[in-house]
Amino acid sequence: MLQAVKSANPERGDEPWVGRSIERVEDAALLSGRGRFIDDLGVAPGTLHATILRSPHAHADILSIDAEAARRLPGVAAVLTGSDVKAVTTSLVVGVKAPVECWPIALDRVRYVGEPVAVVVATDRARAEDAAELINVEYRPRNAVVDPLGAITPGAPVLHDGFPGNLASDRAFRYGDPEKAFADSPHRFSIDIRYPRNSCTPIETYGVVASHDAGEDAYEVLANFQGPFSIHTVIARALKVPGNRLRLRTPPDSGGSFGVKQGVFPYIVLIAAAARVTGKPVKWIEDRLEHLTASVSATNRATTLSAAVAADGKILALDWDQVEDCGAHLRAPEPATLYRMHGNLTGAYDIGHVKVRNRVVVTNKTPTGLNRGFGGPQVYFALERLVQRIAIGLGLDPLDVIKRNLIDAGAFPYRTATGALLDSGNYQEAVARAVEQGRLAELKAKRDAARAQGRLYGIGFTAVVEPSVSNMGYITTVLTAAERRRAGPKNGAQATATVGLDPVGSVTVHVASVPQGQGHRTVLSQVVADVFGLQPRDIRVNTEIDTAKDAWSIASGNYASRFAAAVAGTAKLAAERVAGRLARIAASQLNVEAGDIVFAKGFVTSKHNPENRIAFSRVAALSHWSPGSLPDDAGQTIRETVFWTPPELTPPDDEDRINSSLCHGFIFDFCGVEIDPVTLETRIDRYVTMHDCGTILHPGMVNGQIRGGFTQALGAALFEEYAYAEDGSFLTGTLADYLLPTTTEVPEPEIFHMETPSPFTPLGAKGVGEGNCMSTPVCLANAVADALGVADITLPLVPARLAEIVRGAEPPPPAGGTTAAPVRKGDRRLSGEGQATVKGAPEQVWAMLLDPATLQSVIPGCQSVDKITDTHFRADVTLGIGPVTGRYRADVELFDLDPPRAVTLRGGATGALGFGSAEGRITLAPDGNGGTKLSYSYDAAIGGKVASIGGRLLDGATRVIIGQFFTALARKAGGGGAAGGGFSLFALLAKLAGLFGGRR
Amino acid sequence: MTRLKADSRHAVRFSLNGKPVEGEAEPRMLLSDFLRHQLGATGTHVGCEHGVCGACTVIVDGMLTRSCLTLAAQVDGCELRTVEGLAPSADRLGVLQQAFRRNHALQCGFCTAGILMSLDHYLAKNPAPTEAEIRDLLSGHICRCTGYTPIIKAALEAAAELTSAKKETSDA
Amino acid sequence: MKPPAFDYLRAESVGDVLDGLAQQGGDARVLAGGQSLMAMLNMRLAKPKLLIDIMRINELRRIEREGETVVIGAGVRQADLLAWPKLSEALPLVALALPWVGHMQTRSRGTICGSLAHADPSAEMPLALVALGGEVLLRSARRRRRVAAKDFFAGMMLTARADDELIEGISLPIVKGARVAFREVARRHGDFAIVACAAMRTQSGVRLAVGGVADVPTARDWPKLEGSALDDALNAFAYELGARDDVHATARYRRDLVRMIGRDLIGEVLQ
Repeated sequence: MLQAVKSANPERGDEPWVGRSIERVEDAALLSGRGRFIDDLGVAPGTLHATILRSPHAHADILSIDAEAARRLPGVAAVLTGSDVKAVTTSLVVGVKAPVECWPIALDRVRYVGEPVAVVVATDRARAEDAAELINVEYRPRNAVVDPLGAITPGAPVLHDGFPGNLASDRAFRYGDPEKAFADSPHRFSIDIRYPRNSCTPIETYGVVASHDAGEDAYEVLANFQGPFSIHTVIARALKVPGNRLRLRTPPDSGGSFGVKQGVFPYIVLIAAAARVTGKPVKWIEDRLEHLTASVSATNRATTLSAAVAADGKILALDWDQVEDCGAHLRAPEPATLYRMHGNLTGAYDIGHVKVRNRVVVTNKTPTGLNRGFGGPQVYFALERLVQRIAIGLGLDPLDVIKRNLIDAGAFPYRTATGALLDSGNYQEAVARAVEQGRLAELKAKRDAARAQGRLYGIGFTAVVEPSVSNMGYITTVLTAAERRRAGPKNGAQATATVGLDPVGSVTVHVASVPQGQGHRTVLSQVVADVFGLQPRDIRVNTEIDTAKDAWSIASGNYASRFAAAVAGTAKLAAERVAGRLARIAASQLNVEAGDIVFAKGFVTSKHNPENRIAFSRVAALSHWSPGSLPDDAGQTIRETVFWTPPELTPPDDEDRINSSLCHGFIFDFCGVEIDPVTLETRIDRYVTMHDCGTILHPGMVNGQIRGGFTQALGAALFEEYAYAEDGSFLTGTLADYLLPTTTEVPEPEIFHMETPSPFTPLGAKGVGEGNCMSTPVCLANAVADALGVADITLPLVPARLAEIVRGAEPPPPAGGTTAAPVRKGDRRLSGEGQATVKGAPEQVWAMLLDPATLQSVIPGCQSVDKITDTHFRADVTLGIGPVTGRYRADVELFDLDPPRAVTLRGGATGALGFGSAEGRITLAPDGNGGTKLSYSYDAAIGGKVASIGGRLLDGATRVIIGQFFTALARKAGGGGAAGGGFSLFALLAKLAGLFGGRR
Repeated sequence: MTRLKADSRHAVRFSLNGKPVEGEAEPRMLLSDFLRHQLGATGTHVGCEHGVCGACTVIVDGMLTRSCLTLAAQVDGCELRTVEGLAPSADRLGVLQQAFRRNHALQCGFCTAGILMSLDHYLAKNPAPTEAEIRDLLSGHICRCTGYTPIIKAALEAAAELTSAKKETSDA
Repeated sequence: MKPPAFDYLRAESVGDVLDGLAQQGGDARVLAGGQSLMAMLNMRLAKPKLLIDIMRINELRRIEREGETVVIGAGVRQADLLAWPKLSEALPLVALALPWVGHMQTRSRGTICGSLAHADPSAEMPLALVALGGEVLLRSARRRRRVAAKDFFAGMMLTARADDELIEGISLPIVKGARVAFREVARRHGDFAIVACAAMRTQSGVRLAVGGVADVPTARDWPKLEGSALDDALNAFAYELGARDDVHATARYRRDLVRMIGRDLIGEVLQ
C-alpha cells in the first residue's frame, strides 16, 4: 500500500508556496539524462587520469616500492608514492592533541586494507590500471587489530606511537550527581552494545579533478565534496597554500552523499598533489570497489550503558561508557561522530544525572567520517534497547516506560543535563497521535493472534530526539576546558545566502548548501517567491559553490540536516532584507508609507489601495538603471548576502555542557515484525513513524527524506555491514557482499506529522533527514527482540546469527558419518588435514618434493623457480581457477626436514589479486604395498583484493584446491603424469590467492 | 569473423535513440564508457561496474542491458536506447518521466536513468503490471535516496496513464 | 575498474569459435551474455588474451525437443528460455528455478550455458542441470563429447570442460508427469543462494538436489522415506555436503535449511 504525496495545485490563490509539494525544478534535467554530475562534465584537453594502488594488508611495513616497470609503460605520466606526496604536502590536521600525523597516502606503513600506497597518473584510466599492476610493493606484515575493545587491551598491536595503547582520547564527564542517583535507586539496568560498521553508500562515487598553477602556486579543484567547508582549511593547509590559493568548486549535481562525500577530502589532497607533480590537470573517479573498501565508514562503537531506575520505570541517571572506533587514522572532523550527540545523551527523556566516559580508539580499519545519522544510531541503539530491557525487567509495558520518561510539554526550551537546549516540542501529544493514527491497538491484536498460532511476531518502540544544525564548537568538547581556553572559542553555525536582482528585475538566489539530491533549489524558490510575491519559477537558484567567488564559511555544506532550519531561513532573511529596501523604493514611487507595501502576484502594491501598484520587475531593476533616483535610505538592491548564526550555539562551558545542535525534532516509531520460523528472515509487517520537524517547507521532500532515511536504516538493521576478519581482511568489497536493500525488501512506512515550529529558526523548520537513521535500527531490533523473546540483539539481523540465538542444539551428525566441518576461525586462517595413498616409495616421493626442476615442470604457468638455498625457493607463477587468473611471486621455505618421513613447508605468495600464506606438514610412510601413505595438515590464510571481493567462495575453493593438489601429487608419484596437475606449495598459494566470487 | 586487436582502436557504429552514431574504441572499452565519454551521452550513469546497481542499464536490440557488463564492440550494428531518448521533445517529458516528477520518485537522480529504462522497456510489454511485478523488475536496481515506494507509485501511475491513452486512441 | 587489454573475436560460426579456442587454449574465454565474465574482467580477476563473442552465431540459439530431451544452445539467453512456450510443460523444474537467476536486467543478457560454464556452486542453473540429470554437450576442433551433469562440475568454478572446448549446449531430460518443487533462500531477492533446493519425484522414490552448500550442486536419491527415517536421511545429507561459514550465513544455518526445506519439498512432491 503506497502512501500518496499530496501534490500542490500551483495556481491556487494566495496561499504561500512554502508548505506545498510543488514539482521539483531539478527533475526535468535529471529525468532526461541532462544532469551535470562530476563525471559528466568535460575536462581540459590533456587532462590525465589517476588510479590508486591500495594496500592488501591491514597492517604492514612497506619495505620497498618498485614502480620502474609502471613508469616505463607508454602513456604513464607519473607514479607517486608516499614520499612523492610528502614532498609537496604536509600532514592533515588531527582533531585531538597528540603527536600523530594523518596522511592521505601511506608513507612507510599501511594501517588498513585499501590504504593508498601509490597514485598512477596516465593518459586514461585503463592504462593507469595496467601500470598499477606492474608496481611491486614489498610488505612486512604486522599483527592487526580490528576490535575497539581489543585495541585497548594491553599487548594489542599499536597503530600510532602517538596514540599509546591505540587510545586517541579518553575523557570523563559528570553532570548532576549520578553516583548518588545510582546509589539511591532501587534498580540498575545495564546493556552492552556492539554497534557495527556501515555506510550510506551513495550510488555516485567520489570524483576529483585538480590542477595546479605553478606560477601562482594555486590549486583549482572540482570535487563532489559536500562540506563542511571547515575541511577547506584542512585541505589548504595540507597543500601548503593559504585558503585563497585553493579554489574548490562543486559540480551542479551530486549523486547522493548522506555525509559520505565529506570523505573525499584526503583524495582532493592526493589528486592535487598529482596535478602539481605532473603539471597537468588530473582526474580521478573512484570505482565501487575502492568506495566500499576504503572511502569512509560510520563508526562502530562498543557501549556499556547503565541506568538508575525507580520502581515505576522512571530513569534517574545514566552511565555511558562509549568506546568509539575511528579506524586507522583520526581524520577530520573525527572524533565528531562521538560528540555530535553529546548534548543529547538523554534522548527524549528528562534525566537529570549523567556520567560519561568517552574513549576514541584506532584500529586497522578504514578511517571513519560523516554518515547520515552521525552518532545518533550508535547512541539510540544503546538507549532504546535499554529502555526495552528496563520495561521487561520491571514487568512494565515498554511504551509506558517511554511515556513516563518523556520531557514534559511545558518544559521547552528544555536544557538537558549534558547541555543541549531542546527548542520545542510536545512529545506526549506526538506519541498519543501516533498510537491512534498508527493504530497501535490493531497491531497489538495482530501480535496476539499471531502468537496464538505459534508465530514469531513482535512489536518495537522507539522515541528519539533528532538534532540538526550542528554547533561548530561541539567537537571541542573532546578537549578539556583548559585546552579549549588555550585554543580559543569555537562555536556557531554560519549559514549564508545571497539574493540578487538583475537589470531586468529577475531574481537569483545563491547558497552554499551543496545539495546532493535533496531539492534545495526548489525549496529556496518557494521561500523567496513568498517573500517577493512571485512564483517559484520566477526565482532561479544556484547551489554550485566556488570558494573563490561565493560567500561561504566553515559551516557551509550539506550535513547535520541544516538546510531547512539554517540555509532556507537565511535565504528568507536575505530576501526580506532586499524586500525591505524594495518596499522603501516602491513607497517613494507610489507615494505611500513603506509599511503599506505588500508584495503579491508579481506586483509591489499598496495594501490600502491595491490599484496603486508597480510591477515587481520595475522596482527590482531600478538599482541598475537609475541608482540616482533611489530614496536615500534604500541602499542598493542588486545583491544582498546574509550571514546568519544562531546565538543559542555557544561553546562548551567549563562544566563541559554543550548545546551541540540548534534544533531538535522528535520521532516516535513503532513497528510490527514477523520472523519466518524456517529462514529466520525478518519481515516488516507495519512500520509507523511520527515526526515533528517543526514547520514543513515541502511535504513531498520531507516524506522523501523520511523514506530514504528509513530505507538506509532498514539496510543497516537487516543487511549492511562492513565486515572485517580478525586479521583485518575486508570481507564485503562488492555490492554482492555489502547488501543494500532493494524494492523487494523495503515496505512503505506509515508517516505521520506534527508541526511544532522551532523558535530558533527563521522559518520554524528543523532538520528531518537523519531521524530514521537513528530511530529505525533500534526500533526493528526491539521488535525482533520482542518476537524472539531474547535480550541480546546485534545488528545487522542476519538470519544465521538469529539461528545461533534462538535455535537449540543442532541434531548431531549420524554416527559413523561425516562430521561437521570445523568452524572457520575468525582470522581467515583455514586449516584441515587429509591423506592420500601414492605409488612409489617414500624416498621417491621425497625426492620429488624437493626438486625444483620437477616443480617447474609440473607447476602450470610456472615461469621460473629459483633455488635460493637447498631449502628456500622462489617462483614466478601465473595461475588461476577457472577464468580467474593472476600472476604471483611465491616464496617457499622448508623446515624440520626428516627425510624421507616428514617436512614442514612455509611460504607466501603475493600478486595483484592478493596474498596467501600457508604452512603445511607432510608425513610420508610406507603403505606396505610398495607405495606411500601421505598425510598432510595445513593452515592457510588469504587476504587482499580476493578476500574483499571473493569472500563468499573463498573457503570452499581453498578446500577444492587442496584436495585437487594432493590428488595431482598422487597421480604424479604414480607415474600417471597428468599434464595439468603438479604438487607444489607454490601452486597452492597462488591458487589460494586466485579465487573469486561475484555476481552473475 | 572479425578479430579486433587489443592495442588499437576500432570503429564502432550503432544506432542510438534512432540516430546513427560512430566512434572508436579499444576492444576492452565498456559500452558505458563509450556512451559517456566517446559519444557524450552522459545520461547513462556508472555506479558499480560489476552489474549490481543497475544505474547503467540501457536497451540493446530490445534487451535490457547493463552497459557496464557490455563491451562497446559487442553492440556494433545494434539499436540502442538510452535515457536521452525517452522524452518526446527536448522541452517536454514523457508520461513515465512526468509520473516520476509528480511523485518525487527521484532525489539525486543518479540511479534514475537505469530505472527509467527498465520501466520503459517493461511497460511497453506489460501494460497492466501489479505492484509485485514492478517490485520484482526494479529489484535489479539500487536507489539510495527515495526508499523506492515513490518510484513504484510513479511506475503504476504511468502504466495506468499509458493504458488509458492507448485506449482513447483506439476508441477514437 | 577497467578491463585489461584483450583481442576481441566476433565469431560468425561454431568453426570460428573452435579455431580460436584451439589456437589460444586457456588464454581464450568465450563471451556469451557476459554477466559473470565481464564483472570479472572489470575487476581484473580474469585476464584472457582473447575474448570470443559467440552471440552472433544463429545455430547456437536453438531450444529444441529431441526425443525425450530438450537441447538448449550456448547462445540461448535465460530470458529466451523463460519465454519458451513449452517450458512449464517440458521442463517444469527449470520453469521454477529460472526466475531466481539474477534479475530481469541480467537474465535478458545472461545465457543458460554461461551460468553452467561459470559453475558457481550457488547458482540455480547448475543445480537444475544436476537435479534433472542432464548432459553438457562439449565440442572442440578435435572431438565432440557429452558429459553427465554430475561429472561436469569438478568444484568451485571448475568444470570438466577442456581449454579448447566450447559448451555447445545442454540436453535436459523431459521427465513425464514429474512432480517437482524448488525453493531458494538468499539474503535478498536475486542474490546467490545461501541454500537452494530442488526436489523431484522419481520412479523409485525421490531426489533432492542442493545448491549453495557443497562446492558443487549435489543430488541424492532416496526411496520413499517418511518420518524419522526421512529426518535422518536429510540430516546425514546435510552434514555430508560439508557446509561452511561465510559472511552471509553459517554452516549450521545452511544445514538447518537443508533439513527443513528438504523435508518440505519432499513432502510436496510425494503428496
